[in-house]
Amino acid sequence: MTMLLSEKNQTVTHILCFALFVAALPWVFGLSRATSYYTDVMVFVAIHSIIAAGLSLLLGYAGQISLGQAAFYGLGAYASGILTTRLGLSPWLGIMAGMVLAAGMAYGVGLPALRLKGHYLAMATLGFGMIVYIVFNEFIGLTGGPSGFGEIPSIRIFGMEISSTLGFYYLAWTAAVGVLWISLNIVHSRPGRALRAIHDSEKAAAAVGIDITRAKVQIFVVSGVYGALAGSLYAHFVTFINPPPFDIFFSIKVLMMVVIGGVGSIWGAYLGAALLTFLPEWLAFMEDFDVLAYGIILLTIVMFSPDGLVGLGSRMINRIRNMKNRGY
Amino acid sequence: MDSISLGSQVVQYIFSGLTVGAIFALVALGFNIIYNVTEVINFAQGEFVVWGGLILAVLAESLGIPLFLSFFISVGVVALVGMGIYRAGIRPLHQPTILTMIMATIAISIILKGLAMFIWGKDPYAVQPFVDAPPVMLWGAYIQVQTFWILGISVALVVALTLFFQRTLTGKAMRACADNPGAASLVGISPGRMILFAFALSAALGAVGGAIITPITLMEYDRGAMLALKGFGAAILGGLGNFYGAVAAGFLLGLLESFATGFISSSYKDAIALIVLLIVLFARPQGLMGSSLQGDE
Amino acid sequence: MRRIGFVLAMVGVFAITLLGLAQAGDKEPYRIGALFAVTGPASFLGEPERNTAEMVKDMINASGGINGHPIELIVYDTEANATKTVVAAKKLINRDQVLAIIGPSTSGTSMAVVPIVNKAEVPMISCAASIKIAAPVEKRKWVFKVVPGDDLAVALMYDQMKKQGIKKVALMSVSTGYGMSGRDQLNKLAPEYGMEIVADETYGPKESDLTAQLTKVRGTGAEAIINWSIGPPQIVVTRNWKQLGIPIPLYQSYGFGSKRNIKLAGGAAEGVICPVSRIVLAESLPEKDPHSPVVKRYKSLYEKEFKKEVSVFGGHAWDAMFQLADALKAAGPDRAKIRDYLETLQGFVGNNSIFNRSPKDHVGLGKDAYVMVVVKDDDWSILE
Repeated sequence: MTMLLSEKNQTVTHILCFALFVAALPWVFGLSRATSYYTDVMVFVAIHSIIAAGLSLLLGYAGQISLGQAAFYGLGAYASGILTTRLGLSPWLGIMAGMVLAAGMAYGVGLPALRLKGHYLAMATLGFGMIVYIVFNEFIGLTGGPSGFGEIPSIRIFGMEISSTLGFYYLAWTAAVGVLWISLNIVHSRPGRALRAIHDSEKAAAAVGIDITRAKVQIFVVSGVYGALAGSLYAHFVTFINPPPFDIFFSIKVLMMVVIGGVGSIWGAYLGAALLTFLPEWLAFMEDFDVLAYGIILLTIVMFSPDGLVGLGSRMINRIRNMKNRGY
Repeated sequence: MDSISLGSQVVQYIFSGLTVGAIFALVALGFNIIYNVTEVINFAQGEFVVWGGLILAVLAESLGIPLFLSFFISVGVVALVGMGIYRAGIRPLHQPTILTMIMATIAISIILKGLAMFIWGKDPYAVQPFVDAPPVMLWGAYIQVQTFWILGISVALVVALTLFFQRTLTGKAMRACADNPGAASLVGISPGRMILFAFALSAALGAVGGAIITPITLMEYDRGAMLALKGFGAAILGGLGNFYGAVAAGFLLGLLESFATGFISSSYKDAIALIVLLIVLFARPQGLMGSSLQGDE
Repeated sequence: MRRIGFVLAMVGVFAITLLGLAQAGDKEPYRIGALFAVTGPASFLGEPERNTAEMVKDMINASGGINGHPIELIVYDTEANATKTVVAAKKLINRDQVLAIIGPSTSGTSMAVVPIVNKAEVPMISCAASIKIAAPVEKRKWVFKVVPGDDLAVALMYDQMKKQGIKKVALMSVSTGYGMSGRDQLNKLAPEYGMEIVADETYGPKESDLTAQLTKVRGTGAEAIINWSIGPPQIVVTRNWKQLGIPIPLYQSYGFGSKRNIKLAGGAAEGVICPVSRIVLAESLPEKDPHSPVVKRYKSLYEKEFKKEVSVFGGHAWDAMFQLADALKAAGPDRAKIRDYLETLQGFVGNNSIFNRSPKDHVGLGKDAYVMVVVKDDDWSILE
């Protein structure tokens, strides 16, 4: 009967269900002491999902690879952190500033970089990410260098400080669900279809009159803005930042989230973010083997489900449907 | 008071740059070999360097096996590891896209790093220089003897590889697979075997790199990622798939870093080298020596 | 009838079980949490700390626990990653309900956790060095530190250099929290000792070759080189220094203090000067040094159990664990009381120093935490 709902309404329903699910989770986690700290983990899942969603748009729909998303993440965190601690600005301004700066940087870097393809583009974004990281680490006067800085103020809504985990959980997930909605809208919209056209065949897309470079840069900017939002949220949640969370390895981790979740699906980005954020927790008991186990699990997923968890999920649903149709 | 003339400084920077550049070049070559035959970028390339160095350290220092023998054993073992990776991690992938392969090789590099941590622990390991001799003085700069070994072996390898790919049957078969796997299999070349060989060769190259650099820089389990990234940068800078480009770019990157340290800033040297790399890429999307078709994958 | 019998039987079984449990004798374990960077870039800190903490726990439990209560030590690996540390801290506090936390290993991760323990009111003894961790005290009510700040090591170093008539110094440091902390102090204290910093080079933690940096330093007229790093770069710089035949002395940070480093440097370390923790000197310490028994005991136990050279960083965990044990013995399983005890700790003989804390000083270390030594014949030789 889902056929009766238009694609757009179906999407809205899904998002609403998801939002309700997320809203109820802390209550579920609170039932057992063993899972009570999962709420904290989920805050990070929200943050990671936002940045993964940006990469998912770029990678899955526009087909452009980026190994430099951590740069935007860091930019958002540092912009928000520096403006609120040094200039006493409100965190909201800090978040805005971060997003604007990231947009500018993405535009400036994207214009030349997105003319490159495949591995060359990967290297360009990789280089970009590494350069930004080095600046975070070495420009001590501005960023505090390797030691970073702390006492970043919490976000305030209507005068109330969001300093509890639960409060921040709802804030972060509101942002994450909002990003989800926006992203799904982009995908289903005209610019989104233009993106997918580019992904399929640049020549064909150009022939139909799509301005390829402009579309790619636009999406790159969107991914940068998402990254900065995520970074600012991180800064105001942990209230202390230093360079290591914003390094190349985090960029690779974001890529993994998108691919493991399923390229070509925004939901996949959220799934991948959840899995990769929780996995180290579940592996924690393994002590010295956790690095090894992490790699093995990743490899297994890639091997057996190249289209990620979303692909795995939809294949299983199809199988169940087929079984139903045959009257089992 | 200690002082050094500008000329001697330059000589010192040149050799320092060539030393690290050689390793970038070897890693870049490894990338290219596998890329040429399979179009896969093997991000685990850096781990081969690490394993080569660590195995050599254990064999030569802890077990006291003669250096010469240890060298060949470690290269051989890592070549086997390379083949194992292909068999266990790459071949089983069905319908792999570029992205899947990137993910798979990243996962493999994590596994190799985890294994290295498990086997060798987290401490650094040292190896005695190949020849026990005091540093050589050249135009006021002091060069370690090991540096000459590094440069010599690297050059020898490049020559050997060129001859291999151009003169020997296996080498030509591998090139055939790179150009057109379908046609190659029609004439009796097994792409599977060629790919296996490519992985073995690439791993061996990495291991040699690790073995020759460890006497100078020591080796530890987590050095691989940085080496892979820099080697990848060199491969791209030189033009993906181009041997001479990879070697030239590797040395060039090393020299860039060294001179940036000496004359501009040690803190920002990596950033400076990367900026130069980006500028080159933007101006010439196919890399220094890549063919103009390559920027358009 | 049968039902009543059944109920009676169940009650009987239940009662016997309860009795049995009570007779098992074990009192409620005291849960202590630990956050160590066991893997990752700071594993040189976290691994010895974890080993030491586990060893101390076993020692205490083997001799009956604290007032009969065994210690349960829950260790989480932070990988020196702030996100992981924050999650792990919350886990320890909310899920595992620990009485106190030892660690984290690095200054960065410690700073990330400070607001959490203050808010949750859980006492924490950090094993990291930065001064900002335990100060300003008004904002660090629940945080304590066992590690001497780098200012102590730097002061000692400059003092010794001053005696040698050195005035111009070249700095080389690694661009991580460890290196930067040292560099900050080196710059800050220089004027006080009449030192002029003529070069200030930083490099990354995975640098393979430091001849370029050393070459640059040579042209500056420096009379000594100070290198502040940990891991392979310390060894590489030592070898490069010998290789280039640089005639001015090389000073290293306390991170150099390990026999393994001397060995790895392959003879190039001869003449290197550095401050070391007493743990490194163990055997050579004079008998009347109050730290001697603590240090010797720690070293012999560690090396016997782990078959590896003892590490100065592990010593921090030793001090922290025993301080906590003392607090538990005196104050029992009460977070606030433990905190109060730690705050007023006096005369605790640690590996490096004697601790005397107060509400104004949550560190409590004296100036004598380090000893200057020079490498001679592949061994340490105390400098007067």
